[in-house]
Amino acid sequence: MSLTHAELKDFEQQADNWFAENKPKRPDFILPETFMEVGSDQQFHYLRDWQAKVYEAGYVGMAWPKEYGGGGKEQSLQDIATKVMAKHRVPFLPNTIGLNWAGPLILSMGTEEEKQKYIKGILSAEDIWCQGFSEPDHGSDLGSAQCRAVKDGDEYVINGSKIWTSLGSYAKYMILIARTSNEDSSKYAGLSFFLAPMDAEGVEPRPIKKLTGEYGFCQTFFNDARIPATSLMGKEGEGWKVAMATLMFERGATGGQAGGLAMMDLSINDIVELARRTKRNGRPAIEDNHVRSQLVELITESKNNSLMSARSKISALATDWPAAVDMSGKLRSSELKRRMCQFALSLQGANGSRFIGSDAIDGGMWQRSYLNAFSGTIGGGTSQIQHNIIGERVLGLPK
Amino acid sequence: MSIIDFSEEQSMLLETANEFCRENSTISVVRAQIDKEESVDAELWSRIVELGWLGVSIPETYGGLGMGLAGAVPIVESMGKYLMGSPYTSCILTAEVILSCASEEQKTQWLPKIIEGSVATTALTEEDGNWRLEEISSRAEKDGKNLVLTGSKCFVMDGPMASLYVVSVIHEGKPRLVFVTGDQVTAGRLTRENVIDETRRSYRLELDGLVIPESQLLQGADFSRIEMAAMLMLVAEMSGGLSGVLHVIIDYLTTRKQFDKYIGSYQSLKHPTVQILLSQEACRSHLYHAATQITGNSADAIAAIRMAKAQGAEAFAFAGDRAVQFHGGFGFTYECDAQLFLRRALWCQYQFGDSAYHNELLAPLLLDEVV
Repeated sequence: MSLTHAELKDFEQQADNWFAENKPKRPDFILPETFMEVGSDQQFHYLRDWQAKVYEAGYVGMAWPKEYGGGGKEQSLQDIATKVMAKHRVPFLPNTIGLNWAGPLILSMGTEEEKQKYIKGILSAEDIWCQGFSEPDHGSDLGSAQCRAVKDGDEYVINGSKIWTSLGSYAKYMILIARTSNEDSSKYAGLSFFLAPMDAEGVEPRPIKKLTGEYGFCQTFFNDARIPATSLMGKEGEGWKVAMATLMFERGATGGQAGGLAMMDLSINDIVELARRTKRNGRPAIEDNHVRSQLVELITESKNNSLMSARSKISALATDWPAAVDMSGKLRSSELKRRMCQFALSLQGANGSRFIGSDAIDGGMWQRSYLNAFSGTIGGGTSQIQHNIIGERVLGLPK
Repeated sequence: MSIIDFSEEQSMLLETANEFCRENSTISVVRAQIDKEESVDAELWSRIVELGWLGVSIPETYGGLGMGLAGAVPIVESMGKYLMGSPYTSCILTAEVILSCASEEQKTQWLPKIIEGSVATTALTEEDGNWRLEEISSRAEKDGKNLVLTGSKCFVMDGPMASLYVVSVIHEGKPRLVFVTGDQVTAGRLTRENVIDETRRSYRLELDGLVIPESQLLQGADFSRIEMAAMLMLVAEMSGGLSGVLHVIIDYLTTRKQFDKYIGSYQSLKHPTVQILLSQEACRSHLYHAATQITGNSADAIAAIRMAKAQGAEAFAFAGDRAVQFHGGFGFTYECDAQLFLRRALWCQYQFGDSAYHNELLAPLLLDEVV
């Protein structure tokens, strides 16, 4: 029952009109580029209001089931809407964890009750979600999580702490991995997965100052925090399995996300445009031969990534290592973004050494973007761990 | 636009070709062929002809399958993966020259012959190694109804097997193309060249005093089209070669032990191997994107192919280089297969423009128009 080309075109036009008309005014404060960079209340409220408006207009969660608050339509429509959002360069939708990880997870593995309870709030941004996977002593090594959950009647008592909880101070729920047992044969078997309420007593998110000097992450402390036993997802001991399913959503290997812009997309064209208006030694940076050859290489690499998306739809070309394209999405895009931002500083002459403020080129957004880009190459498993994972799972290399 | 078209027919060709090359071009066959005079065994060549592969790119009017150059890509890619030598890419390239530059009569005369297995080849490069196909010094001077050729050509693939050569010459001050037939290339005009990729048979062709009828001057001289077609064939070979060399690396990393551990468990080997995997996937994406674009002679197509060549050549050379290194002492020997791929990669890098050359040409295409 798929839609005709004309119907899709009509929809695109309609979305195009809506976003052209409703694109919010640029605020007088600097906007974050990803949900990991939301550091002030005004930034948060601006973005949450925007997501609510997009949801009301029906442009997010279009392909999620209607009975839970989604649009019940075809995925192709959502893909178009997402593309139109990127085209209009509207702000991103801040409930990233909910829309891209928690939501798809609940829809694919959750109970009827969980779907009824959580999905709509995820889409409307009424219920912000955060993620509690990493711990201070266990960054990429999720399997070693030490945060404890002990069952006590119809509650679990949580003790320990989680780090890098973006939006921690605003979140209503957290997807939480905690250890329910130390006695199992493998460290993975003792983990359980919770949809934990953040308003429980004993849960305390404390903002962390980032390398830029701004805020955007929390460390969340649990001191005898009591959460309902019903917030356990799956069974006790299945935490690793559920977490892996979630990470597949995060690494881009599985579909099912609600759609919509998850972050402000930095395109290589932005860098080329920057090179046209910045100067190195009195001449436009774009005339410098060294700059030109580096730009060509970055354009080629960014072309790689957009071609990979086209490739991943052609299974006949996924022959020798079929998972390679899909499993490497996060690694490729986060590393490219980091290097593009790093390169952007080199286009500014001595002004490359400025930082956020009105004297800096574009208010210092490039310096800030570069330092913030590490959130992509470190968060969700560092690039180094990604190399291990791809080497072992895709190429079959030994651990 | 980031489009990749991959048809059902291409998909079937890829499967058949991969299977055929895996069976018929094992490493021991490749090594045995290196010691022989020709790049391919006569019986194997006739089987390739029987499969109809020589006609994939040629329009149906001349007896081909009409798939364009994109049809040859999965075949060349598979040949590249198993290091199969043969005049296949030379024939496809020459057919493309004929299609874009020759008269209707010449097309009708030569294309069916190529489909039936007559070897055709090109003579475009000269001693100075210049990649700009129009900057040549060989000449064709008019002498009554004949043309008298002077100069010499290098990197003429499979010279002695060929019944047709397309040769670039300066004629009346302009770079042009002429046909030279096999019987016109008299004894002593071809000398074997020693080249880095030992699966290839490369020759120098002496033109001095060679006389051909004026009718063998081609009406067209679309050097840009020739360069694009030649690059596409090389990128296909490199894409296959990258996956071939990656298999060689993985085999060694999962079987060789040092300090009681498989060497593939060391991150200093594992991580670059993953980089090779990703560069192989990137090369394949660029390849099939370029194959999709090449039907038009647009600026987009030229950019796509130059990008593919620049990226693929770097990636393949890196993979070959690391393959040798990762084999340790064994990698230093002739017996180790890593060298076959490294030497193939170096050949591919330096034919029809290396990465630095193409990146330089890409800069104005990508940076100087308003995006």
